[in-house]
Amino acid sequence: MAERKGRAVSSTSNPGGTWPHAPGFYTGDRPKIVTSRFEFEDSYTLERYLATGGYSGLRAALSQPAADVHEEVKNATVLGRGGAGFPAGNKWGLTPQGVWPRYLVVNGDESEPGTYKDRLLMERDPHQLIEGCLIACYAAGLSQCFLYIRGEMAVAQERVAAALNEAYAAGYVGKNILGSQFSVDIVLHWGAGAYVVGEETALIESLEGNRGMPRLKPPYFPAAIGLYGQPTIVNNVETLANLPWLMNNGATAYTAIGTPTSPGTRMVAVSGHVKRPGVYEIINGTTTFRDLLYGEDFCQGIRNNNELKAFVPGGGSAPWFTPDQLDLPFEASQVGPAGSMLGSGAIMVMDSTTDIPRAALTLTRFYAHESCGKCTPCREGGTWLERILSRVVDGKGTDADLDQLLEVGESICPGAFPHASNEKLGLTAVPVPYRMNTICFVGPSAYAPVHSALTLFRSEFEARVTKRNLIPVTAVGQ
Amino acid sequence: MARLTEDNVRLAKEIIGRYPKPRSATIPLLHLAQEQDGFITNDAMAHIGELVGATSAEVYGTASFYEMFKFEPVGKYLINICGTMSCALMGGEELMHHAEDRLGIKMGGTTADGLITLERAECQAACTEAPCLQVNYRYRFRVTSENFDTLVDQLQSGALSDEIPPHGTMARVRQHIPADKGVGAKAPEDVSEGPAWLNGKAAL
Repeated sequence: MAERKGRAVSSTSNPGGTWPHAPGFYTGDRPKIVTSRFEFEDSYTLERYLATGGYSGLRAALSQPAADVHEEVKNATVLGRGGAGFPAGNKWGLTPQGVWPRYLVVNGDESEPGTYKDRLLMERDPHQLIEGCLIACYAAGLSQCFLYIRGEMAVAQERVAAALNEAYAAGYVGKNILGSQFSVDIVLHWGAGAYVVGEETALIESLEGNRGMPRLKPPYFPAAIGLYGQPTIVNNVETLANLPWLMNNGATAYTAIGTPTSPGTRMVAVSGHVKRPGVYEIINGTTTFRDLLYGEDFCQGIRNNNELKAFVPGGGSAPWFTPDQLDLPFEASQVGPAGSMLGSGAIMVMDSTTDIPRAALTLTRFYAHESCGKCTPCREGGTWLERILSRVVDGKGTDADLDQLLEVGESICPGAFPHASNEKLGLTAVPVPYRMNTICFVGPSAYAPVHSALTLFRSEFEARVTKRNLIPVTAVGQ
Repeated sequence: MARLTEDNVRLAKEIIGRYPKPRSATIPLLHLAQEQDGFITNDAMAHIGELVGATSAEVYGTASFYEMFKFEPVGKYLINICGTMSCALMGGEELMHHAEDRLGIKMGGTTADGLITLERAECQAACTEAPCLQVNYRYRFRVTSENFDTLVDQLQSGALSDEIPPHGTMARVRQHIPADKGVGAKAPEDVSEGPAWLNGKAAL
């Protein structure tokens, strides 16, 4: 029986906890921009929202010309929270002049492994998101908004639908908002289960009623050609949730938090082998991984006081870090050169009991499974990576398989793939970005965990494989 | 029967009316069909095609891309156990083995009484509450073997039928845009001018 079940990814399994368990969101003595209402039981109702300053950011925005609102967002350098970190204000400015209508598509298809913040924002403060959508539509002249929510998030859909119904009835959304000439509809749209739809052009394809496959680039931004071929802004849920606070407090107050290149706060989810896994709103740019993993206010250290083996710093697609990188802050200009990315704010922590090849397999299997099949290197390469890694994990691999893994990876991402430095192994960092033979990042993401695990923990793979049997070609008749 | 019912056609038309182009309603209507029948039938896809102006093959082409649409009956309760990294690190795979043993079926199978279908799922965005699972897309967090057994008992006894609707039912709250409050969707080719509020003045 035990043999059929295989080995566990790590030595001990569930530490327990109450069940059903309220998702672990922890506040602290830190500035709160997007999670200020999470402490209230009824945070998702219009009543609570209005009682806590709701829709005053919209009022502030509508009291100035749209161009000024856009300027304010640009000045605040609100970084996109979906993964790429592109400033929202600049993104809005990429729409071509004089082409109408323009649309807003909200990316709520959160499904990057390790990531969840948008789900909490939708479930616990849907009005904040709605207000953010309205401010964006006003500032960038977007005449309709589509709020694309991941299909598997039933509660988020119910909360957002209820909030929209309330907001329409109260005159915050729809025709002549707050009695002004600003009119915009927000349409709730259901996804149906496909990771790749989080890629913005795939999201648009899906919204048009098609298979969610990314579009060929260029154009690189749907701001030029997007939904129905029209200029379209695609923004992440958390990005938009920042706007009400920004309108109420101004760009100067926003940039006073964090660093000039990473202002404000951001939500991160820390999961895996820490004492207090949870979602935290942290100060951008200055908080370090060490603060987050070991801080009293945050995760309080590794479970059972085990040693930290490795961690994924920015969602399943990100190359891995080891304790060598703990002192890096949440600052893209430092994490990038160190060989990884901040991505979607998801940190997955592995302690010393972790079976690294098996852990890497759980991620590679995810991306292989989620490949849309459009680009051959990802469709075939991802599956190859999964199969080869599977047999290595099962103890059926040979040492040739390890080279084969790297070779398949090379066909997805030619050239040096980013990785972190490592003092013990004598490795120097290879910075991001990488080159890729695919349209989107799903293919490279299938390779990232394999490459990180093999680069940083090769001995664990070698211990698993047998030496290749070389059969002499002359051995005829034996 | 497997075509959309009259009530659902009314709902479908309301949904279609929100989009600048009818085909955008394809996925929401597929959810509606799945809610009606528990899975997506060929007749429903043909009907949706008629409603949004696509062939049934095009509707199937879209539907078959997405994980949540099922083309044959599944159990009343679909249990998705997460197998991606954060859950795997906290015992997700062991939970799957336990679930298979408890229900006497393999991943992808349905119990003989048609009550429960078991599936391995990918990341469900509850990574700090690992291992997690969803029953008809409603969460259960930090699930131990004992928790799982309790869940199965509750599903079998009907104790959770208020909280968890049968497979296919998505959100029980729907968006409704009142006719006098909505702006209404226009086909992009019918719009040639920028929005009125971009006139350099404050809207309020």
